[in-house]
Amino acid sequence: MTEFLDALQLGVRAMFAYQAVFFALLAIGLNLHFGYTGLLNFGQIAFAMLGGYGIAISVSQWGLPFGVGVLVGLGAAVVLALLLGLPTLRLRADYLGIVTIAAAEALRLLFRSVSATDLTGSTLGLQAFNGGFLALCPWTVAKRYDILGTRWSGAELWVITVGWTLVLLCSLLVFALMRSPWGRVLRAVREDEDAARALGKNVYAYKMQSLVLGGVFGALGGMVYAVGTGAVQPDQYQNANTFLAYGALILGGAARVLGPVIGAMLLWFIIAFSESGLTALVDSGVSFFGLFRLDEVFSTTDVSYARFVIIGLGIMLLMVFRPQGIIGDRREVMLDAR
Amino acid sequence: MPADPTPHGSSPAGDPAAGATRAPAPGPDADADAPARAWARGDAPARLAQTALADLPWQVGVPKPDPVVVVDGVTRTFGGLTAVSVDHLEIQRGGITGLIGPNGAGKTTLFNLLTGFDQPNTGTWSFDGRPLGKLAPHQVARLGVVRTFQLTKALSRLTVLQNMLLGAKDQSGESFFKALLPTTWRGQEKANTEKALDLLRRFKLDAKKDDFAGTLSGGQRKLLEMARALMSDPKVVMLDEPMAGVNPALTQSLLGHVKDLREEGMSVIFVEHDMDVVRDISDWVVVMAAGRVIAEGPPESISQNKDVVDAYLGAHHDAPLTSEEEDRVLAESRAAIIAERAPAGTPSERTGL
Repeated sequence: MTEFLDALQLGVRAMFAYQAVFFALLAIGLNLHFGYTGLLNFGQIAFAMLGGYGIAISVSQWGLPFGVGVLVGLGAAVVLALLLGLPTLRLRADYLGIVTIAAAEALRLLFRSVSATDLTGSTLGLQAFNGGFLALCPWTVAKRYDILGTRWSGAELWVITVGWTLVLLCSLLVFALMRSPWGRVLRAVREDEDAARALGKNVYAYKMQSLVLGGVFGALGGMVYAVGTGAVQPDQYQNANTFLAYGALILGGAARVLGPVIGAMLLWFIIAFSESGLTALVDSGVSFFGLFRLDEVFSTTDVSYARFVIIGLGIMLLMVFRPQGIIGDRREVMLDAR
Repeated sequence: MPADPTPHGSSPAGDPAAGATRAPAPGPDADADAPARAWARGDAPARLAQTALADLPWQVGVPKPDPVVVVDGVTRTFGGLTAVSVDHLEIQRGGITGLIGPNGAGKTTLFNLLTGFDQPNTGTWSFDGRPLGKLAPHQVARLGVVRTFQLTKALSRLTVLQNMLLGAKDQSGESFFKALLPTTWRGQEKANTEKALDLLRRFKLDAKKDDFAGTLSGGQRKLLEMARALMSDPKVVMLDEPMAGVNPALTQSLLGHVKDLREEGMSVIFVEHDMDVVRDISDWVVVMAAGRVIAEGPPESISQNKDVVDAYLGAHHDAPLTSEEEDRVLAESRAAIIAERAPAGTPSERTGL
């Protein structure tokens, strides 16, 4: 029983950790792309990587202040969005999907290539760039704090404070935009581009604006992740993260302002809870209804894989019983089936 | 049989006067049919267009007194198939121009070309004297030429009211930065909403305003699409088969709305297959076949035009045939069609008017 409570506690802690912030921001960007505009961005992680590396390269390699690094990261994300969008947004939706998935993988391989060592540190990545960020922290970074039974370092608390503030601000921005005529045009583009064109809307420009803004959200996520871990490595930015972020978005409910946030928190709760829960079960040698002992078929190293199986099962069950996600609008989703 | 060569009392249900008491002068019978309509206010634009077109010769490419759209030498080919090849065509301002022709005649392609959804291989066309070549669809729409689609494009997961509001022109709230400052667009939004509600009332959709457009019936979607197009106060409205798949009662209401557009001074161009509808509301009819304009004139002239009848029914349709002759003619016309429209056209297209 205590193991269960511990697992629950770890799960709740993970809901608020910087990884959850990272996925929340990725998913907010994807929500703008996919949920509101109907753009298929399968390379959101590339924007996050540019955000993280924007800070890391500017600070550790070029010796620029942290704030400038943030601007560099955001600028790089905007440039990437323009580069990806210019050739593909005039075409059908799937072309953007193809190009983004390729770009995300190409960028990661480029950053980890030997010839890029001078700039990106290759596979070792870059460290020691978040001093400027931690220096802004109003409390002691090195101290440990207990909050409701969960332990956090001062640095972690500072990262998640800034991180969740960013999530809040981004959500507010999306909320404000989506109830404006601008957001209405975006949704019209999602429904039918030609109809939007026939009504005098410059569909290409709106898709580009959406791609850039969502990419900037992704870059912010990458920055939170980079300062959270204190280091950037190309392989942290595997494209699987994009699909996990999609998972978070679907879990929470697409085309809802808080859908991606709730989805990301839930995703991390499931990941952390199932990990510690499963580990405890395996360690304690519980038997499966007296048939066999869990540790006979299952080792603790399998647990990290099993939690993603559980996520997958959860999403499948959700699609069957609640296709709109946690807070989605069922009527809206059902219209799609026509 | 839509293209019956002898004009007779063919009329859609619910409007017994149409067609039966045909006016002797060439011209639409629309106004003669419904003198009691509220919008019939003396010297209405309908009469202006009608009288302006009355004395014109019934020739292809005839210059109109006050053209709003002028098409010159527009061709569009898809591979070896010439979908559209129009030498000269003028559309009268303030009138209802019907565009008819068998399937595959190039009507929708011409619509796409005129509204910027497709670019022609050659040719120029202008709206209000302003060349429209090389303009993107949204630019054409902003000039005041709006269209509807053959397959209705209701924006399913937006409410009916949101659909309507999208149609409004020059919204400052549609620019990214102004969208963040509600004070810059709230007033405009309010005015647009009132206008949208007025239009919805006119089109009897006001009860549905908060429903998703995807829940509307096919006919209601047609109404919504037309109402949405009107939100931008267009000068030219292009309707691609507005009556297709709509029940007779709703057809009558749609017809009334199309006539109302003319009364408000808009020019209407519409594609339609139902000849009763075309006779009822058009001031002028343009007939296309195999990409060309083969005839134009007032609706009365069209059903007697030999080229038109041939295009719809095939040549020699009225001569008594022996079965051998019938086979021969069929084979000939098949070969002719194949030669004409290869590779895209198929003989079976001819039967489906």
